[in-house]
Amino acid sequence: MAEYTWPSREATAVIGKEVDRLDGMAKATGAAKYTYDVNLKNQLIAVALGCPHAHCKITKLDVSAAEKTPGVVAVHIFEHAAVGREVEWEGELLAVVAAESEAAAKAGVAAIKLEYDELPVFVDDEDLAAAEKAGRTGKGGGKTELEREPGDDDDEDEFVEKEIARLLKESKYVVEGYYGIDAITHCCLEPHGSTVEWKDGKLLAYLSTQNVSGTDEGFANDLGITSSDVEVKCDYIGGGFGSKFAPDYWGVAAAKISKETGRPIKFLLSRDQELKIAGNRPSGYINVKIGADENGVLTVWDSVHWGTAGYKGGGVSQTVMPYVIRPKNYRRIATTVATNTAQSRAWRAPNHPQACAMSQTAIDDMAAKMGANSYDVFAANLRAGNVDSQHPDAANVYLAEMERCAELIDWKANWHPHGKGKAKGSIVDGLGMALHTWGGTANNSDCRLKVSPDGSVEAFCGSQDLGTGTRTVIAQVLAETFGLGIDQVRVNIGSSKYPASGASGGSTTVGGVCESHRRAGLDALDKLFELAAKELGVDAASLEAVGGKIRVKGSDKSIAWKKACTLLGMKPLEINASYKRGDVSTLSSSGVCGVQMAHVEVDKETGVIKVKKFVAVQDQGLVINPKTCKSQIYGAMIMGIAAALYERRITDPKSGAFVNAELADYKLARLGDIGELVVDLYEPESERQRGVIGNGEPPAISPKAAIANAVANALGVRVPVVPLTPKRVLDALAKA
Amino acid sequence: MTDLKNKAAKKSGFNRRDFFRGSGAIAAATALQTQTADAFQDQSPQIISGETTITLNVNGKDHQVKAEPRTTLLEVLRYQLDLTGAKPVSSDGSSGASTIFVDGKPMTASTILALQAAGKKIETVESLGGDAVQQAFVKYDAEQCGFCTPGFVMAVRSFLNKKPNASEAEIRSGLNGNICRCGTYANIVEAAISVAKGGN
Amino acid sequence: MKAFEYASPRTEAEVVQLLSAEPGKTEILAGGTDLVGLMKKMIVTPDRVVNIMDVPTLKSIDELPDGSVSIGATVTLDDILAHPYLDVYPAIKQAIRGISSMQLQAQGTLGGEVCQRPRCWFYRNGDGLLSQGVAEGANEFHAILGNSGPAKFVNSSRIAPALIALDAQLRVLGPDDAEQFVPLAEFFRSPQREGQREHVLAPNQFVSHIVLPPIEGRTCATYEVRHGEGPDYPLAAAAAALRLNGFGIVQDANVVLGQVAPMPWISQEAIAVLRGRKVDVALAEAAGEAAVSRATPLSQNEYKVQLAKVAVKRAILLAAGYETGGF
Repeated sequence: MAEYTWPSREATAVIGKEVDRLDGMAKATGAAKYTYDVNLKNQLIAVALGCPHAHCKITKLDVSAAEKTPGVVAVHIFEHAAVGREVEWEGELLAVVAAESEAAAKAGVAAIKLEYDELPVFVDDEDLAAAEKAGRTGKGGGKTELEREPGDDDDEDEFVEKEIARLLKESKYVVEGYYGIDAITHCCLEPHGSTVEWKDGKLLAYLSTQNVSGTDEGFANDLGITSSDVEVKCDYIGGGFGSKFAPDYWGVAAAKISKETGRPIKFLLSRDQELKIAGNRPSGYINVKIGADENGVLTVWDSVHWGTAGYKGGGVSQTVMPYVIRPKNYRRIATTVATNTAQSRAWRAPNHPQACAMSQTAIDDMAAKMGANSYDVFAANLRAGNVDSQHPDAANVYLAEMERCAELIDWKANWHPHGKGKAKGSIVDGLGMALHTWGGTANNSDCRLKVSPDGSVEAFCGSQDLGTGTRTVIAQVLAETFGLGIDQVRVNIGSSKYPASGASGGSTTVGGVCESHRRAGLDALDKLFELAAKELGVDAASLEAVGGKIRVKGSDKSIAWKKACTLLGMKPLEINASYKRGDVSTLSSSGVCGVQMAHVEVDKETGVIKVKKFVAVQDQGLVINPKTCKSQIYGAMIMGIAAALYERRITDPKSGAFVNAELADYKLARLGDIGELVVDLYEPESERQRGVIGNGEPPAISPKAAIANAVANALGVRVPVVPLTPKRVLDALAKA
Repeated sequence: MTDLKNKAAKKSGFNRRDFFRGSGAIAAATALQTQTADAFQDQSPQIISGETTITLNVNGKDHQVKAEPRTTLLEVLRYQLDLTGAKPVSSDGSSGASTIFVDGKPMTASTILALQAAGKKIETVESLGGDAVQQAFVKYDAEQCGFCTPGFVMAVRSFLNKKPNASEAEIRSGLNGNICRCGTYANIVEAAISVAKGGN
Repeated sequence: MKAFEYASPRTEAEVVQLLSAEPGKTEILAGGTDLVGLMKKMIVTPDRVVNIMDVPTLKSIDELPDGSVSIGATVTLDDILAHPYLDVYPAIKQAIRGISSMQLQAQGTLGGEVCQRPRCWFYRNGDGLLSQGVAEGANEFHAILGNSGPAKFVNSSRIAPALIALDAQLRVLGPDDAEQFVPLAEFFRSPQREGQREHVLAPNQFVSHIVLPPIEGRTCATYEVRHGEGPDYPLAAAAAALRLNGFGIVQDANVVLGQVAPMPWISQEAIAVLRGRKVDVALAEAAGEAAVSRATPLSQNEYKVQLAKVAVKRAILLAAGYETGGF
């Protein structure tokens, strides 16, 4: 067996190099076919009716006029929309119309007669008192850690109260804060959906999914067939961000209608349905008291937070609070709030962005209270060991990354105490920072590798490319392993018929596919080395594959790759490789840090904020492709700018309607909003040695807190809830 | 306030004769345009209802397509011509994902009726054929999931056609009609700058 | 979209012929950037759509004998930006640049921009233009002035405030060869009942041209408070036109607010503050204060009072050649 390792930095030819995305030109020319773009012969277009009210009981759903609408071929009513059923959020699909054209399907939907009784609506997730009064709250768990233990005679609850009160009282500084972060939606530009057809009793589903290998089973279970009768294909996916792991009930409906009608069906959600039902991130709001010593080192944290993940309640997990900077003494309590909104889905780094925005804002307010430099307060806490991170050497890595980040944003020169900057007209500027952590363990991944006698290399893997650059990374690993050029490797992903590879979620894809393909490559190389060794009359252990040759290390003796492959005879060499989570490996590991610093300007008269400069320093172990790796980080920062300044789900307090569910109203960052972005990959040898770690989530965590802290530094006033809209900035200034 | 009555009121200092004296040149100047813009052969305004066959000039070729008055140009491009580069993202064009050129100008196919496009020169992203902007998008990795990319490529192409030597500041303020959810803006700026410098 | 008939007339007279006298039956289509989206969501469901883009006389910008400039209703916003005649009206160009989307500028027309339907989410989600839900609902972008009637939406036009400040007139055509010139200041209204339009045109009338009187020594500017870049509508806006004498004293002024009332809001209070005084920061600020003195914010939009005030102040400062001090 080969020993699975990476070559040293000096020895790499392709890994660690800026390689262009292999499918880049396909995307830029429009040749890349997404689920929405797959047009099957004789297909019908399906359009759904969404529930117009946030909480109601269906009393009538008459589709007879829809069925008679010209062009309409089939109408499907969902079980959950039967008369007498309650619908608990706006937009939930009630019925689907399949027709010869999009226009005919829409006309069919418009002809559906729906009647319902309105039921009470609750959507005000920020108002805890109102939620309690409405009976919408639940226990979200909690935890208390105290250095001192209660005595045998103490009542435990009483002891905790007293101990926290004591710690706060003995603190040199105390900050009492309120912070929050609104619910946002995934807002994938390609909406959820599928284009499906049946052939000989088997389902072929082009599904917009981040889980190619796992969704065949989802279809099979709901359709009463076996997963071997389903092929899920997804060559390209137009955004997922954690919301596209399943076929969803609308995907299953497409398959059912297709079966009924004997026609292929294309069924993608409308834009407002995409925002209303296909994924959102829970909100979080917090009341917190913290105490610190004379250096700002936290001595105690005491918080209650709440928020909503939808009609079932839920919210931000208490387990991640307080975030990264965590004192030895803390109490955290979470309360869930059930609202008439669709249930949340995993959103890029579930729980972390909210936790970061709800806790590192308090750390910054501590610095403000002390009149101290925020950088020093963060650093003092790290040095004091007030740190909770998944990186095994967290404090040191954070401190090193902070130093680098501060240099890049020129923290020293640009720093001023909170609210003490020089105004230019009505414009003030400020600096803010935040820290984050994430696991990023490689996902399970299988692959099949084929090395043909003609020297060609082809790989098959049921993974997908969310925008990560999956194809490119796989090609780099194989090219490096075989000493070939990137264009000499063919990569196939995006089918559930390929060897199973894990869902792309939680920053697990690059690690997973690197594990499986490096293993397959090294196993194949072993076989080729054996053949080449015989041919060259040397020991197989003395061989290496570089520059299109298999050669004896440190000598000129070699055999060209193509020639070596002819030694395989008639049949190609096929290798299956498999990586399972938990396998001992030096190829990948888990746990990263990451630091971000923002420099913003605020117009105090209008509350408008502009990002001037925003810097991210990020570790992710071994970097396979710095180009796509940086793109992930840029993207996370830009998404973060949107969540920090612009985007949120706005619900009407009376009707519960999600009123801004179109892109004209759901405000995202535009190209002109991002300021100067700088990304620095932190990859000293100590990090590189750890192998590959995913980086999709971590850089998406800090932006909200970093930008909110920069605004607080500029204004000398905390704007507590993100996004920091002009309304909120002005309200905060008016209150101060 | 009531509706404006239909009478030739003369509230202002203008009168009809003045108006037409001033704009008299319009008819002559635009006569040529009228001919080329002539979507339908009839002289009198034809009222169209239901499905009709029209000719659309797309990427330099005439195509016979079927359209109802309510059919959008985007639907025709995607479903009948299988030109799926322009994407359906927002119903009102606010994402810019369906950007195409109509007589050389950037417009969103999702908000144009197919009948309106008859007689016009339609160009989609598929017509660019791997040009300098597309190459720059690849080189500067100005794409992630790629769903917004064709629309953005068309926007950048159009912007640089108009301002071949655009500065970074102009680029940053001139490309706000498109939305990218993955966050490729920083890379798009780099790509656009590289092409502007290249003078293509 | 509901199925409809489509016609593409070639003359102004044909346009009028094709329009129905009955409300809601016919819609005029120009650039389509607003109407097509509304039809897709079945908010607007005409029986007939009249495309006026192929009427040659509606497509040009001309100087009239008295020095006025006439802009055809279907002249696109990018053509206005590029037109040298219009450099003397910076308020208009600033407003168009604010619509920060190449596509909207290339496709959108001046007539369409002025006649666009309100960007009110209650309306656009099918609750009607005069939805009862606004007063206590999600109204943070709604009206703070002129909102005591049933209409609480804001007029969305971004160019109308500048056009009104510059005393623009509309050339309106109707049946029987009727032509009239209507000051834009008298064009908009606050609907009193559902189904009534936000302007005074009868269903069978249409705007053919927008006529701008000569600038004649006036200066002007538009200032919009925008949350971010992109075509998103501003939170508040104002346009100012000033006639200053040699000493910088305001001889005459026009101040019009946008995005704050069901119609572009002409502020007589701000105008009164400006007349006969020398423009400086304090005066501009006082005019801003005056402009919002009668504001009646709804449950969620108190902040817009401040934004409207600042927009007025900054529009005046820009018109008078000062810097705004802000973004």
